[in-house]
Amino acid sequence: MRQLITFIRKEFLHVFRDRKTLLMLFGLPIAQIVLFGFALSNEIKNSHIAVVDYSKDAVTTKLISKISGSPYFNIQRSLAGAEELNAAFKKGNIKMAVIFPAGFGDDLIHTGKATMQVIADASDPNQATTITNYLTNIVNDFNSDLAQDASQPMQIEPEVQMMYNPELRGAPNFVPGVMALVLMLVCTMMTSVAIVREKELGTMEILLVSPFKPIYIIISKLAPNLLISVVNLIIILVLSDIFLDLPVKGSLLLLVTGTVLFIMTSLSIGLLLSISAKTQQAAMMGSLMGMMLPTMLLTGFLFPIENMPVALQVLSNLVPSRWYFIIIKRVMLKGLGFESVWREMLILTGMCVLLFTISLRQFKIRLQ
Amino acid sequence: METVIHTDRLTKRFGSFIAANELTFDVAKGEIFGFLGANGAGKTTAMRMLCGLLAPSSGKATIAGFDVYTQTERIKNSIGYMSQKFSLYDDLTVAENIRFYAGIYGMSGPAIRAKTTQLLEELQLQKEAKTLVRELPLGWKQKLSFSVSIVHEPEIVFLDEPTGGVDPVTRRQFWDLIYAASDKGVTVFVTTHYMDEAEYCNRVSIMVDGVIAALDSPVRLKGQFGSGSMEDVFYELARKAKRKGD
Repeated sequence: MRQLITFIRKEFLHVFRDRKTLLMLFGLPIAQIVLFGFALSNEIKNSHIAVVDYSKDAVTTKLISKISGSPYFNIQRSLAGAEELNAAFKKGNIKMAVIFPAGFGDDLIHTGKATMQVIADASDPNQATTITNYLTNIVNDFNSDLAQDASQPMQIEPEVQMMYNPELRGAPNFVPGVMALVLMLVCTMMTSVAIVREKELGTMEILLVSPFKPIYIIISKLAPNLLISVVNLIIILVLSDIFLDLPVKGSLLLLVTGTVLFIMTSLSIGLLLSISAKTQQAAMMGSLMGMMLPTMLLTGFLFPIENMPVALQVLSNLVPSRWYFIIIKRVMLKGLGFESVWREMLILTGMCVLLFTISLRQFKIRLQ
Repeated sequence: METVIHTDRLTKRFGSFIAANELTFDVAKGEIFGFLGANGAGKTTAMRMLCGLLAPSSGKATIAGFDVYTQTERIKNSIGYMSQKFSLYDDLTVAENIRFYAGIYGMSGPAIRAKTTQLLEELQLQKEAKTLVRELPLGWKQKLSFSVSIVHEPEIVFLDEPTGGVDPVTRRQFWDLIYAASDKGVTVFVTTHYMDEAEYCNRVSIMVDGVIAALDSPVRLKGQFGSGSMEDVFYELARKAKRKGD
């Protein structure tokens, strides 16, 4: 135990002596929170939506078939009542719902005006704006069709409502993304570099000749990165609460549990990388190309996964941050409980156990 | 004479390649044992087997009385090791390096403090205790590195080309440290490419193509080969090598 403490203290010395890296590690989340404020918007196809038709007349049937004919929408189901909507939104099954009130067609014909309700899941604000715009365009198109056919002016007005994030701020989407990115960077890159450095220095040989246990080496290497990650998590959460007005809506305990799972997974990947990498540069490149890029591209916070080619969608399932991203979005932004994230937690746990077991096995006790 | 290293037909094969072939020798307590050989002759492989870093393919060996197959953990507690690669942490201070290496051998806090004071005094580095190792001259680093490798007072210390790239004066001073350790009863097992250093050893073995081609004191080796220096003895043996160095 005393040996372990000696080693852990040494690892902390390494970290604190390297001011530049330390500054980068803590500056990064702050800079990214600022930078990703200008998030990108993209075309989204095949959004799953639900339709609730209380009117069931000729007009609504025609409009619904027009909507379902568009490449942008995929009517997931027609619900009997608005009560079911909430559940569907929370599960993430639908991105938008269209509701026609009773007597919609009659209103339109007799008063020349009718209002339909459109509710979008705005926890991803870019996506919500884009798809509601698509829908409005379809409705406008439908209006001009009506105007041609009819003698009197007729107008359908969509009344748009944003759920979860009524002000359509970009922050709710990129904060979870930044969390995933920063934690992945700290845990994977720093861990692999720290271990490979010992190999490069030749000190790894000394450690292996000593009675110091290899598992202790691993624990000591992980300790400072675990601490940095937790501090980073706190920084991000506090920053987003104070400056972006994004408090943690759900259980903090659940959020922390999910985060620790993700951190452990990232640390295991770092360990694995360090085993194959021979130089610090190789370890760094490996973590950048192997982890940062997939985290940026395949997590779903920059580009919607729904819109990717099938091959990439399948591939994205292997990226741990994808699941972590879902957990934070649901717990932090929507305030949902364990029952809505247990599947993602289970997947992360599985990845973590698998990766850690492999890396422990591979970590060489004897230099060959 | 008490034997601290004993090997009997110790062999390491990598596939069909025999890196070290039936090495048999004894090293006595307090002896300075030179382990010579051209690059690729099998020195590093032999040394790794003796340190418990590499499992032998066949043969027997005991280090400080412990078996290299079954008692590697006990061996690790009884030996020190300094590699040709520089093995201190650049970004830690002199005192922190000493404390770290003493610590991983499980020494207690007070023992570490006493040892640190003693080492700094011996090396006359008291003023540099809080200096980062990267700011020390290479010669000092090398001496510190050696002192650190025996900080836990092992029975045997393995030195793998410890003086590579160091000037002759510093090398001489380095050997003074080796002699001092040997006088205290520490057995020194050293590999080197410098033939003047071979002359400093009590006994020297020369490996060629994975086998020990000669083993005796420098004086007797020179007599045996009728040559004036260890340089000539080494050249005489090494040029018979069929293997290419790496």
